[in-house]
Amino acid sequence: MNKDNHTQHISQQFNAELEEVRSHLLAMGGLVEKQVNDAVTALIEADSGLAQQVREIDDQINQMERNIDEECVRILARRQPAASDLRLIISISKSVIDLERIGDEATKIARRAIQLCEEGESPKGYVEVRHIGDQVRRMVQESLDAFARFDAELALSVAQYDKTVDREYKTALRELVTYMMEDPRSISRVLSVIWALRSLERIGDHARNIAELVIYLVRGTDVRHLGLARMAEEVEGSKER
Amino acid sequence: MQPTTHSIDISALGRDKRSLDLASEPVAIEVPELSLFYGQKQALYNVSMNIPRQRVTAFIGPSGCGKSTLLRCFNRMNDLVDGCRIEGAINLDGHNIYRKGEDVADLRRRVGMVFQKPNPFPKSIYENVVYGLRIQGIKQKRVLDETVEWALKGAALWDEVKDRLHESALGLSGGQQQRLVIARTIAVQPEVLLLDEPSSALDPISSLKVEELIYELKAKYTIVIVTHNMQQAARVSDYTAFMYMGKLIEYGDTDTLFTNPAKKQTEDYITGRYG
Repeated sequence: MNKDNHTQHISQQFNAELEEVRSHLLAMGGLVEKQVNDAVTALIEADSGLAQQVREIDDQINQMERNIDEECVRILARRQPAASDLRLIISISKSVIDLERIGDEATKIARRAIQLCEEGESPKGYVEVRHIGDQVRRMVQESLDAFARFDAELALSVAQYDKTVDREYKTALRELVTYMMEDPRSISRVLSVIWALRSLERIGDHARNIAELVIYLVRGTDVRHLGLARMAEEVEGSKER
Repeated sequence: MQPTTHSIDISALGRDKRSLDLASEPVAIEVPELSLFYGQKQALYNVSMNIPRQRVTAFIGPSGCGKSTLLRCFNRMNDLVDGCRIEGAINLDGHNIYRKGEDVADLRRRVGMVFQKPNPFPKSIYENVVYGLRIQGIKQKRVLDETVEWALKGAALWDEVKDRLHESALGLSGGQQQRLVIARTIAVQPEVLLLDEPSSALDPISSLKVEELIYELKAKYTIVIVTHNMQQAARVSDYTAFMYMGKLIEYGDTDTLFTNPAKKQTEDYITGRYG
């Protein structure tokens, strides 16, 4: 299946509707990705103005989720999409949930950033936040690229990458716990950083969910809860389609 | 710090630009209140509705609910039925088409109709399209030629038949015949197109082509379509009217009617719970 598949219906109007809802999802994804980036920057650079902006934009993301869902419902009711069209609508309708949650996590990070601005910067953990932040932002970006290009291989690599993020999250956690034991006065501030890291780790999970939906969209197989090895087999095995 | 302005305009995203409002549409056909009787039997009960201009309005409902009867009132096809009696009025552009002295032949030119089974005349493709013009006495070959071309293009049939315009129309496939009939109907430049189950005798692909044609034609014509196929109504129409036992139960924009109907009877019908 390729990405031009959705522009070849006899009904031009149906083509337009599918293309529109797809581009709305990608626009929402672009905004969410920027939110993650801004939230991490706000935290590291102690920029409470930027953090405040992230919190305000979250309302727009919520509105986009509602609008895209409404479009999906309308297409389901009016067009009764089948096969790849049906998978497209289902994937979009599920992906917006993950995107909206990524937006929520970015807002949580922004809230931590504002808190840290008020309490004074954390002495530790910013390197990890920057590092893991970059990684999950790229995961979000690539999961959306995979969606845009109907690229199951790229989606698979996003899902595989989530493991790396989980590992680095655990390492960072261990280090920060040690630091808190050494210097109990820093506990409150370091905890804020830990919460931010936790949010980033969750963002990685949501990006992985989107990647799994892309595989479902392109290959037609449900690869959730299969484990990475089986997932890779499914992607390779159904390559001919 | 001043937040930087954001480059994505979300007001343009995902907002429903197709959301329609029946009350604010210009009216093509006004039915203030209409009842219809076949002899003793009443077939329509106090139907009142406005058909919006240059939109597709679909009538749905179970067999015998009166949707075809109502459609045929719009160009007085029911005059041909013995014992048919009408109470009320139908206003086309503000004039009651049931007033005394109404020129019914002219009315049927202004309000064209396409039936369930394609009914081309046993003549050439060309002669089918220009039939209405010849009746009006138009003889200039240039006018006729031009009409054939734009009407067939308008009906999305030109490319398929342009090299055999003088062959018999009966040699076309069912789907092509139906589009030919639509071309013949629009050739006399009607204001309103009535379609009585225009694709129920066609295969799914021809049916989709006719639907796509309907979508394109609404830029110029007011279209009213009766269909047994609810999914077709959902696909092609801007507004949908649900009728049951001669009454208009619900009438509104198609998105709302198919996602959140106001009446339980409508809900039951479109979800296949009775009918």
